[in-house]
Amino acid sequence: MDNQNFSFIGKIRDSNIYFAFTKSPTAIISTIILMIIFFCSFFVELIAPYNPFDPSSLDLMEAFTPPSWSKDGMSKFLLGTDGQGRDMLSTILYGSRISLIVGFAAILFSLILGVSLGLTAGYFGGKYEMIVMRITDVQLTVPSILMALLIDGIARGVISKELHNEMAIYVLIFAIGISEWPQFARVSRAATLVEKNKDYISASTIIGVPNIKIMFKHILPNILRPILVIGTIGLALAIIAESTLSFLGVGVPPTTPSLGTLIRIGNDFLFSGEWWITFFPAIFLVILAFSINLLGDWMRDTLNPKLN
Amino acid sequence: MLVVAFVSFSLFTFVGDPVHNMVGQETSDEERGEIRETLGLNDPIPVQFIRFVSNASRGNFGISYQLRRPVSELIAERLPATLELVFISSLIALVFGTLLGVYTGINRKSFVSDIILAVSLLGVSLPTFVIGILFIYLFAVILGILPSFGRGDVIEIGFWTTGLLTISGLKAIILPSVTLSLFQMTYIIRLVRAEMMEILQTDYIKFARARGISEKSIQYKHALKNGLIPVITIAGINIGTLVAFSIITETVFQWPGMGFLFIQAVKFVDIPIMSAYLVFIAFIFVMINFIVDILYYFIDPRIRVKSESANG
Amino acid sequence: MSFLKIDNLSVNYRMRKETIYAVKNINFDVKKGEILGLVGESGSGKSTLGNAIINLIDEPGKISNGKIILDGVNIHEKPEDILKYRGKKIGLIFQDPQTSLNPLLTIGEQLIETIQTHLDLDFKESKSRAINLLQEVGIKDSENRFDNYPHQFSGGMRQRVVISLALCCEPELLIADEPTTALDVSIQSQILELIKTLTKERNLAVILITHDMGVISETADRVGVMKNGDLVEIGSTKEILTNPKEIYTKSLISSVPPTNKKISRFKIIEKKENSNKSINIKILDRWNKKKLTEQNLIEIKNLKKTFQEGMFTETSKNTVMAVDDVSFNIKEGESFGLVGESGSGKSTIAKMIVNLFKPSSGDIFFDNVCITKIKKNKEMMTFRKQIQMIFQDPYSSLNGRLKVKDIIAEPIKLHNPTITNDDLDDYINDLLESVELSKKSSIRYPHEFSGGQRQRISIARALATQPRLLVCDEPTSALDVSIQAQILNLLKDLQEQLNLTILFISHDLPVVRQMCDRIGVLRNGKLCEVSDTEKLFLEPKHEYSKELLHLMPKIESIYN
Repeated sequence: MDNQNFSFIGKIRDSNIYFAFTKSPTAIISTIILMIIFFCSFFVELIAPYNPFDPSSLDLMEAFTPPSWSKDGMSKFLLGTDGQGRDMLSTILYGSRISLIVGFAAILFSLILGVSLGLTAGYFGGKYEMIVMRITDVQLTVPSILMALLIDGIARGVISKELHNEMAIYVLIFAIGISEWPQFARVSRAATLVEKNKDYISASTIIGVPNIKIMFKHILPNILRPILVIGTIGLALAIIAESTLSFLGVGVPPTTPSLGTLIRIGNDFLFSGEWWITFFPAIFLVILAFSINLLGDWMRDTLNPKLN
Repeated sequence: MLVVAFVSFSLFTFVGDPVHNMVGQETSDEERGEIRETLGLNDPIPVQFIRFVSNASRGNFGISYQLRRPVSELIAERLPATLELVFISSLIALVFGTLLGVYTGINRKSFVSDIILAVSLLGVSLPTFVIGILFIYLFAVILGILPSFGRGDVIEIGFWTTGLLTISGLKAIILPSVTLSLFQMTYIIRLVRAEMMEILQTDYIKFARARGISEKSIQYKHALKNGLIPVITIAGINIGTLVAFSIITETVFQWPGMGFLFIQAVKFVDIPIMSAYLVFIAFIFVMINFIVDILYYFIDPRIRVKSESANG
Repeated sequence: MSFLKIDNLSVNYRMRKETIYAVKNINFDVKKGEILGLVGESGSGKSTLGNAIINLIDEPGKISNGKIILDGVNIHEKPEDILKYRGKKIGLIFQDPQTSLNPLLTIGEQLIETIQTHLDLDFKESKSRAINLLQEVGIKDSENRFDNYPHQFSGGMRQRVVISLALCCEPELLIADEPTTALDVSIQSQILELIKTLTKERNLAVILITHDMGVISETADRVGVMKNGDLVEIGSTKEILTNPKEIYTKSLISSVPPTNKKISRFKIIEKKENSNKSINIKILDRWNKKKLTEQNLIEIKNLKKTFQEGMFTETSKNTVMAVDDVSFNIKEGESFGLVGESGSGKSTIAKMIVNLFKPSSGDIFFDNVCITKIKKNKEMMTFRKQIQMIFQDPYSSLNGRLKVKDIIAEPIKLHNPTITNDDLDDYINDLLESVELSKKSSIRYPHEFSGGQRQRISIARALATQPRLLVCDEPTSALDVSIQAQILNLLKDLQEQLNLTILFISHDLPVVRQMCDRIGVLRNGKLCEVSDTEKLFLEPKHEYSKELLHLMPKIESIYN
């Protein structure tokens, strides 16, 4: 195989993954959608037509404007306005940023915690492994929503109300992160056990390579695949979890509304006919979650060596 | 054993909580001190814990801070609503989920399968509350054929109140239960599908084909039996998750169940309700795990009949 | 009159980058009452051919050409009809009895199902037929065992069940795909005997697919040699083995370790001429070659190892004594073999010597130092340098994510941290050349290499720290026989040139005979016999050794 590419880009191009990616329309479309969303949320100050949190820009006369294509709509508010005259499009963009930040941070936290515990548990075994696995087993029987609610509830009891509002986002990240780490731990541990039994690990042990080095240099790169899949799907779950909690009223504080908060606020107006206040944030959320899930699903199918 | 461990763990943390926080901010320090004394919070932790456990096993969870009623009463009131909802939902999720999962696992390439999978993916991406709102809007507001909140009329049987025996009750339970089941159903579909696909690649299926066994027989007799095993574990966890997710559904549909109660409790930091809810959940989970273990015993002969590798 | 005629058969696999021609225009026939062996190395297409006959090829494979004529009928003419033949006229058995049976159904249920699919019998008749069949294949107490589940049978018994399932509807053609490869040598001979008996009694036409020449020699009447999809040569077993015509056949046969004598090197017959010259061991210059003394390099005293088996509950205390009071010595520079069947403990002993496991009791002395008592990591490192290991599975012994040069660099950098980058590269290149791999290999990844080449990389890695003892744990068991010969030659050369001491672990007696000076025979953790190689083969003392020698399939049996 002498015509191989040794450059990095070349290697990516040659790899099976890239091939499968370019052949799969779902993967491409979902990635494009996600990139658009990410881009918009990060540069929201530049992109959003209005800043919905600037009270001076609000005009109550413009409240409850329906989307621009309907009868009473105004072209300057593409998706209409809410009960306070805030432009829907802008609030959604800001809201999605919150949702994304919380989701990403939570899953990152989960990942680091879960993978370190799972990998070390699988590698060292013994009592340590047993304890870690017991904890994950027990926690896995508790649904993540419940877990997150629990932590949130404890936090509310422990921290004073004012402080709580400031810290709400961190608490939320922590709560969701804690609720998802067992998944990562379990997958990491299982994958570690598989790798640990392989001879190349024995070879390194015999050579005398210290344990930490073996775990980082040999095991970790080889268990990344399933972790990546779980991570992607977990991200979707985290975002949904955050929006659910915000919807229930125990998520982000009302000062920094996420998509979930928007949906909740809009829900009150549903029956009186102003459907767009809840509808558009909901659609946005679904598109976001759906794209992530599509990507994660595609990853799972391609990265799984067994299902060929 | 796990029961005790789990339960005591989670509750212990509550007992240690600074409960004093929520006894109204205007109460003076002395009054707070008094209340703490009555609530027994000044006693050493192990004593509190023992008291708690002994109270709990007798069904006494104290008094809700917010609603000022005995917690056990509140729970007894709400329990049937939640349980009925969960029961119907899990039934829907399991039955349809398994059927569709088997279908898509076997017919990998059909167009129908692709549609089912796409919809299932959508189902995972739709948060439960969005589905709920959607349903309410569609069926209650636009079509107006199903109620958008509440439980309908209920009939009392002993201490149990059931909505299943009245027309309005049945109507009322449709939307919430379908909403609740959707998330789980999609999960089950994917799981069963993955299982079926993996099984259909095994050697013993290949050997069965080599013996001339018909494809239908292979799919429904051999593959299915093996495929159902992991579904049973999932079914167990499933019910647990449903109980948790019922919190959301109950909130959206204003279903008077334990979940709704719990959310209010979290908002107002009503510790007794929270801890009682947890005990219940723990209990339910342990029961379910236990039942699943027993079911496993009956279904998988490898566990039932010990292998005699020495003989033969 | 031939019962089965394969006429110009071709099978292709259309993959994304290329098309693989697994079977290329094969022609042969099989008569009733004869066993035709199909022998070849991996990738030869022999298994694909077996599967093709009953149209059971995995996607994306297809029969692209040719006819399969069974008893005068082209059975692939109408693909839907194949169901009538599978199980009824043609029976197929696979390699692994463990995975061939549905774990959730009793064997009785699986038998009845097969019988009722093809024959018009009611339950009672089916059952009695099944029970008789179980008896016939050698399962005692078949009435009761009828209701057992697969996991309740041992490996050999399971394969008998598989055979009974394949034969229950009285097929006239039996295809056996590596039927004994997964079994121990003692069970293997029983199953082969069974197949021979059934062939005679039922007048079956049998295709026996295997890679093991010894099995062919003892079981097959005729044999076809396959390579890369082609049928290289076909003829009576005696003819092929004693007087092969094609070069490939010749090289295949000469690669098989003889069971009746000791040779110094395997004769490799290839089209290239450079196969017989000694390899270029460049690292010789760097090697601190020690003069060989008559000392014992390794002394094993009363070694014991027990494992806890906690299966379904943590409290069950099933202890398995894997190694039971084993003692032996290895002299410096010699090649010591440890043989035994699976479960004998040979791998466990090897792992204790390289410090992967800690012994439950007993001592290991290396160069007169008791290494089992060393606690400090630093001290241990000096010994780790001197004892290295190569493994059985070439696919799991290299980290697929690292380049070859990083894999080999790891031990060097660890024990020699001050080495310069240039020096490191030179050393790695020397190591690669010493195992007959080009310098260009160092920037490649393991998946770009074949099994044999990967083993060479493993050897290079093992030699990097200049060990004095090389432990080889079944190093060639997963390789094709011709590659095996090359690797074994390499090991021998390296040992001679570098004055290595080798501990060679294997279940394959002929291989051990060629490689080792002295041999220890293990059974269930106990050392039955230790003696010089030739003495062991010519005059075995222990009952078990005698049995093993008697049962091993011998390619020379064709001369009898």
